[in-house]
Parts: sequence; C-alpha cells; structure tokens
Amino acid sequence: MTQASISTTADAARSAPPEAKSGFRLPTHWLGVAPFFIFALMFLILPTLYLVVGAFQNDQGQYTLDNIRQLFADQSIRDSYWVSIKISFWSATIGALVGLAMAIAIVRGGLPAWVRSSTMTFSGVASNFAGVPLAFAFLATLGRLGLVTVILRDVFGINIYAMGFNVLTSWGLIIVYLFFQIPLMIVIITPAIDGLKREWGEAAATLGATTWQYWRMVVIPVLWPSFLGTVILLFANSFGAIATAYAFTGSSLNIVPIKLYAQIRGDVLHNPHLGYALAFGMIVVTGLANIFYIWFRTRSERWLK
Amino acid sequence: MKTGRFWAWLVFGLGTAYFFIPLIATFEFSLRMRRGEYSFDAYRVVLGDSRFQETFAYSVTVAVFTILLGVLLVVPTAYWIRLRMPHLRPVVEFITLLPLVIPAIVIVFGYIRMYGSNSPLPFLGSARGTDALLVIGYATLALPYMYRAVDTGLRTIDVRTLTEAAQILGAGWTTIIARVILPNVLIAVLSGAFLTFAIVIGEFTLASLLNRPAFGPYLQNIGANRAYEPAALAVIAFAITWGCMSVIQILARFAPKSANRPN
Repeated sequence: MTQASISTTADAARSAPPEAKSGFRLPTHWLGVAPFFIFALMFLILPTLYLVVGAFQNDQGQYTLDNIRQLFADQSIRDSYWVSIKISFWSATIGALVGLAMAIAIVRGGLPAWVRSSTMTFSGVASNFAGVPLAFAFLATLGRLGLVTVILRDVFGINIYAMGFNVLTSWGLIIVYLFFQIPLMIVIITPAIDGLKREWGEAAATLGATTWQYWRMVVIPVLWPSFLGTVILLFANSFGAIATAYAFTGSSLNIVPIKLYAQIRGDVLHNPHLGYALAFGMIVVTGLANIFYIWFRTRSERWLK
Repeated sequence: MKTGRFWAWLVFGLGTAYFFIPLIATFEFSLRMRRGEYSFDAYRVVLGDSRFQETFAYSVTVAVFTILLGVLLVVPTAYWIRLRMPHLRPVVEFITLLPLVIPAIVIVFGYIRMYGSNSPLPFLGSARGTDALLVIGYATLALPYMYRAVDTGLRTIDVRTLTEAAQILGAGWTTIIARVILPNVLIAVLSGAFLTFAIVIGEFTLASLLNRPAFGPYLQNIGANRAYEPAALAVIAFAITWGCMSVIQILARFAPKSANRPN
C-alpha cells in the first residue's frame, strides 16, 4: 500500500512540469535499451540476415531461387538433411519418452524425497554436459575398447562389434545425444507433472474412473501439449549441435552441421551461396520447430499454471 | 500403489544405470594408461601438457570477459525494461531467445562473412579483434540464460521503489545500477555467470571456426590423436560442469524468494 502511494506522488511530481518539457525528454528513454538493441542487431540479426539474403543470390548478386532448389537437387545435401532430421527426431522422441517416464517416477512414484532432488540436480549437470567431452565419455564406454564393450565380450561372451554394432554411426550418436536430451526433458517436464493437481485424481476416482481412465482422459490430455512442445525443443536442440558429433566421428558422419562446418572451413560445395542456403535451411528447420514449441507451450499453459 | 512403486524404482534404476555407466567407464578408462595397473598417468600427462595450460587459461579469460560483457549488456537492459519500458518486454524476450533458435554454427558463419578483414568492421583482421568477436559470440550464445537469470532476480526486488529512493538521495543512473540494483540481483547474476562459464569453457564450434587457441578445439585435437588422455579430459570437464551447477544450486538457496515481503 505504501509503495503505491509513493509512486503515485512521484508520478505526480514528474508530470508537474509543463507538457512541452516532458515531450522533449522522451527519446532519452530509448538510450537505456539502445546498447542491447545495437548489440542484437550487429551480432545476432544482421549476420543471420546476411546469410539468409545470400541464400537467395547468385555470384553476380542477382536474386535467384537456384541455391534453394539445389538444396533439394543435390543428393549429398538432401541425404545430410535427412540423416540430421532422423537423428534429431529419434533422440528427441526417445529422450522425451524416457525423460517423461523418469519424471513421473520421481514425482508420482512414491520414491523418497532425496531421489527427486538428486535427480533434478544431476539433470541440471547432465543437460549441460555436451560437446566434445561427452563424445569422449561414450567412446570410453561403447568404443571398441570401452568398458561396456569389454565386459560384454569377456564376461558375457557377447562381442557386440562382431554382431555389427558400431558406436560411430547414427544410432551411436542418438545414444550419445540421449545423455543430454533425457535430463533436459526431466528438467522441463517435471514442473508440468507437478502441475497435475491431486484433486483431479480424487475427482476422477469419485466419479468412478479407473486408473487407466484417469490417465487416458485427464493426465495425457493435460500433459500432451507440454510433452509435444518439449519434444520439438529437444529436436531443435540436437539439430544444431555439432561439437559432439564432430569429436565423435570426425567428418565421416554426413549431417548438416558437419557439412556446414566443412563448407565454412573450405568451401567444399564450391559455391559460397549454396553454403548460405545450407545455413538458411538449418534456420528454417529450427525456426519452424520453435514456432511449434511456442504454440504448444501457450496451449499447455491453459491448464498448468 | 505397491506395483507403482516397483515400476518407479525400476525406471529410476535403469535411468541411473544409463547415466552412471558412461561416467564410471570414462573414469576407469582414464586410469588405464599404464599397462596392467590403474594409475593417474593420463591426468599427469594432461595437466602437465603446456598446451592444456595455455588453452585452459585462454578459455577461462574468454569466459571472464564474456561474463563481464553479458552483465554489462543484460543488467541495465533488463532493469530499464522493468522500470520504464515494460511494453518492450516481449520484443526483448524474443531477441534473447533467438540464440536458441539460430544454431551457433550459423551465427559464427554470419560473423565470418560480415566481419572479415575487408569489411567496414574488420574484427577478423587481427588476433585481438578475433578474440573480441569470440567474446561477443559467446555473450550472444549465453544471452538466453543470462537474461532469464537476471530478469528472475529483478522480479524479486522492488525496482521502482529502490530507484526512487536512490534518486531522492541524489544518485545518478550509473550509481543506481552499479550500487543499488546490481548488489540486489547479485545472486541471480552470479548464477547466470556460472552457467555462462560452463557453456564457454569447452565450447568448440565458435573457437574452432574463428581459429582461436581455446580449450574446446584442444579437446577435439587430443581426442583425434590420443587414447587415454581424452577420457581424463572428459572427467575433468564433467567435474567443471558439476562444479558450476553446484555453485548455482548453492546460490539459489541464498536468493530471496520474493521481494514483496509483508513489511
């Protein structure tokens, strides 16, 4: 209450000078946010626009759709987008399902409180443990001399490499990506599960619903938008990632970020504008993913406050 | 309920196995350098490597400058948005989320094409300029986390009253931000800072494409050429990430929960 009265008197004091003077002061308002907007323009928006515009130009600076067309025509580029989308899709879907199961287990499973708090802490760490070291960790685990490979071979007599397993493939990369996808899912979805009110379960039980009906008609519809939204976020998260994949397989795996990396390094496509188009394609995929994410997010907020 | 608990333990146990086996395996692998027995040789080799020390020191320096730039950029902006221009909040929030939408490799690609040595702003013309561009790039990548942290911190204090009190006492804008607002959101700023540190310290894409001698490219190089050292480095990197996150957790305990306490 006192706050309000202070600010109203302050407002009154401020509006006391003649109109003309306050009108003159207006532009200084913008000085406070100018550095931020200039920074964002120079180092975020313009560099991106530069590539986007370049994607629609040819060497002579004329506008053209040839580069975009070539993204689809070039077999190797098309394959790289396909592999990237496949890896991102599976790592996001599996990561989200496993993450959801773990989140439900720690929130609703009746486990002791320390399980939940330590899982949340660990998820915070693991979701930030990506990049080059993560690749090393999995090479030491599932590589040809990795601990799990060796134990399976020497103790259980299962030689996974003889059975055709190789960690340096798309599926190997998906297994690696899960190490940050699952924790990210847990971090994001746990508040949503917390938002499921106990009363809804009681109300459903009072109305004679079975557990299965409660899940099918209450829990799943309420969680669905959050779940889908997070899947899409995980998708975008792995689509742009490069460090882990690069440290893992070098340039042998044909995914978009690695192709773009090679293009930036040495114009392997022999056409700078095709490189811009490659980058533009990445922005389109992650941009679309984020638009859907925001859309699902606003839908989920209707129930989960 | 009994079966429910069984499934919960099972899921939790499987998850724990997936997360801990790689960590254990990495640690075990890092001890295998000496044939036939466990030793910390790989760590000794890594820590004694002069390139490890140089690149690590370089990345720590870059991280510190990134944090400074991030704070200078974000604190006044978030403060001003809260105080005077709340209608701009959606715009600013949207911009701070863009680095999550635009992949880092695309952003740095744009930098390389826009700030080359022949451009009006030749950042890439000199080593110092490239360092500056690297710091700028990292500040951009950290923007979503920094802004979120600071804005959450500002929500817990009464920005308007503090500002007016300071103005009545004759403080200018710099004094208000540096000596009134910043100390009040220090814990939020610090958690943003440690998150930034965790992101920057082993970052590979920007450092590698801008050709700077940072820790990330060094890690990649060791990974491509050595057997046991990468495992030791992975353990060290995990310890650093763990350290940063623990500090954030501890800081969160000291953070005020809400400003509008009943007085």
